Amino acid sequence: MKSAFRLLAAAAVSLAAATVQAADFKPAVVYDMGGKFDKSFNEGVYNGVKRFTEETGIEVTEFEVTNEAQRQRAMERLIQRGATVLLGVGFGQADAITAVAEANPDVQFGIIDVFWLDQPNLRQYSFKEHEGSYLVGVAAAMKSESGTVGFVGGMDVPLIRKFACGYVQGVKSVSADIQVLQNMTGTTPSAWNDPVKGGELAQSQIDRGADVVYHAAGGTGIGVIQTTADAGKLAIGVDANQNYLAPGKVLTSMVKRVDVAAYQHFADAHKGMFSAGVVQLGLAEGGVDWAVDEYNRDLVSGEIEAAVAAAKEAIISGAITVHNYEEDQSCPF
Amino acid sequence: MSSVPPLPRWADVGLLPIINLVIALLVSGLVVLAVGENPLRAIDIMLQGAFLYEGSLGYTLYYTTNFIFTGLAVSVAFHALLFNIGGEGQAYIGGLGAGLVCLALDAVLPGLVLIPLAIVAAAAFGAGWALAPAWLQAYRGSHVVITTIMFNFIAAGVMVSLLAGPLIKPGQSSPTSRRFSENAQIPDMQEILGAVGIEIARSPLNLSFVLAIAACVFVWLLIWHTRFGYAVRTLGHSPQAAAYAGIRIPRTIIAAMAVSGGLAGLMAVNEVLGVQHRLLLNFTAGYGFTGIAVSLMGRNHPIGIVLASLLFGALYQGGSELDLEFQTITRDMLLVIQGLIILFSGALAYMLNPPLARLIASLAHRPREAPA
Repeated sequence: MKSAFRLLAAAAVSLAAATVQAADFKPAVVYDMGGKFDKSFNEGVYNGVKRFTEETGIEVTEFEVTNEAQRQRAMERLIQRGATVLLGVGFGQADAITAVAEANPDVQFGIIDVFWLDQPNLRQYSFKEHEGSYLVGVAAAMKSESGTVGFVGGMDVPLIRKFACGYVQGVKSVSADIQVLQNMTGTTPSAWNDPVKGGELAQSQIDRGADVVYHAAGGTGIGVIQTTADAGKLAIGVDANQNYLAPGKVLTSMVKRVDVAAYQHFADAHKGMFSAGVVQLGLAEGGVDWAVDEYNRDLVSGEIEAAVAAAKEAIISGAITVHNYEEDQSCPF
Repeated sequence: MSSVPPLPRWADVGLLPIINLVIALLVSGLVVLAVGENPLRAIDIMLQGAFLYEGSLGYTLYYTTNFIFTGLAVSVAFHALLFNIGGEGQAYIGGLGAGLVCLALDAVLPGLVLIPLAIVAAAAFGAGWALAPAWLQAYRGSHVVITTIMFNFIAAGVMVSLLAGPLIKPGQSSPTSRRFSENAQIPDMQEILGAVGIEIARSPLNLSFVLAIAACVFVWLLIWHTRFGYAVRTLGHSPQAAAYAGIRIPRTIIAAMAVSGGLAGLMAVNEVLGVQHRLLLNFTAGYGFTGIAVSLMGRNHPIGIVLASLLFGALYQGGSELDLEFQTITRDMLLVIQGLIILFSGALAYMLNPPLARLIASLAHRPREAPA
């Protein structure tokens, strides 16, 4: 978190110092299927975009896709309309952005949640969600009294299994006896936006003894948080800091700073500091973290805070390696 | 006195859909007005975005291709009074069939053999996916609406477990297969027209469009010019009469559903072989469901379905241009507009039937000296 703010402060200072760039700087962003107000992943990007607009006064053209063919079309049309910097949100844009980046070498591209492409005018932001999930796993395991904790994922894709795997590893690091119940909401994109089903899955996990439930399910997670709060149990939020959604009922949130990535992409391009390559955002870079604020202060004991801080140190120093599901498409836990 | 005179056929198939469309557009215009934009400008952008901008006609026809396949699929089942809500899943599994053929054989077979084989596989897998609900309907009376919806979810589950598992392209984590080689790709329209010297803008429109038109002719011949089609329509009009006439109902149900599923499966030809050139999640994107509205609006006739598909294609493509042009009009607004059109043309299609019929009847019965 600190380093993210340091980065932001530095960016703000240099922005103030830099004179306004060439007049033809036109940023654009293509959101993923979830839509920009999903209170989670896309909304994080939206917040970063909004901050960039507030600081520079430059409008960012936005588009939300609804089907596969639209991705490439939207990018091409945005570029035809003069976009010089383009950000794609989510791994679903990977193939479209490759094709468009190849055809438009002068446009500066960025994409979030992708690390495997190779284009000279494309920057890829990849988050180490497994590291952040490990931390909230530690917190969940220490807070749990029943010895059972839960995980509710959104759509069953490798990225979400990566969250689950890091979480399980964190839980098991506290005690191998703690049981982790896992459910995915569905297999279609509607799984990202189904709070009713999210609530049902959380309820069934609570009925089976879970007293802390972590969700990585976008808009579906709203239902998870609500149901656990109503049942007097604890939820763990994801992507954005969701502690405020049910004060005193959300143990913590695994924050994934997509807003930092979105802001950084446009700010760097604006300052003429665009560079291609892969930007890895993990615990060390402030890209993922756990959130403690006034809404969950009373839930997090000193003991838990110390344990999570120790785990964080160990991950950053390399003493603990959190397994990354995406590397071998399997979870050993 | 209160009985409603029958609506003339020309008014039923021509006038009524146009009136419904105009009402839908008027109500949509109010919605656009409510968010503070000019509805006339919105309509203008939408039309230009659907037909005139560079490459936009290609996109419109590409969407049209999808809707023709799924619309035909719904219509064939509907002629037998079966509501096939499973076009989405049948297209999904059809894509799996085409994809498996390409992934297995694209290194060894030339395109002229491989592509027809993949098309047959798409139809066969789509038909196969419709068979279980069809059999349950024909022999066990399980309602086909329920079972086909359920099979959509099963199809989605099958695709996710395959694409996140054995079929995923190594070295990345987006659940898609590897790309097919060149010979498995159906040529784009710009390539074909470019070869004969006509330059058009890049778009996903490909030869599948021709296949869609051929499918229309096939359905027309099948439903109105074969014994099977006669059996299907008889069953649709009156199951008792069909049974009395000696038509084997279970067999007809299964065959109609198989044809329906096969047509839905062909939608994947456009998406998987024509555009994406790989297997990926969610390429069906709701086209299967929109096919229901297309079929209803097209009065279950191939010509009507082509026109309705063109309308929905233009809505999809022009709508995304609206989203680009106005930052206040989001995709949720577009969904509202599309929903209104489906509501007025599909669900409320016959709302204006009685008043329109009375109006036409009163005009027709006017004395001669008042020329129309």
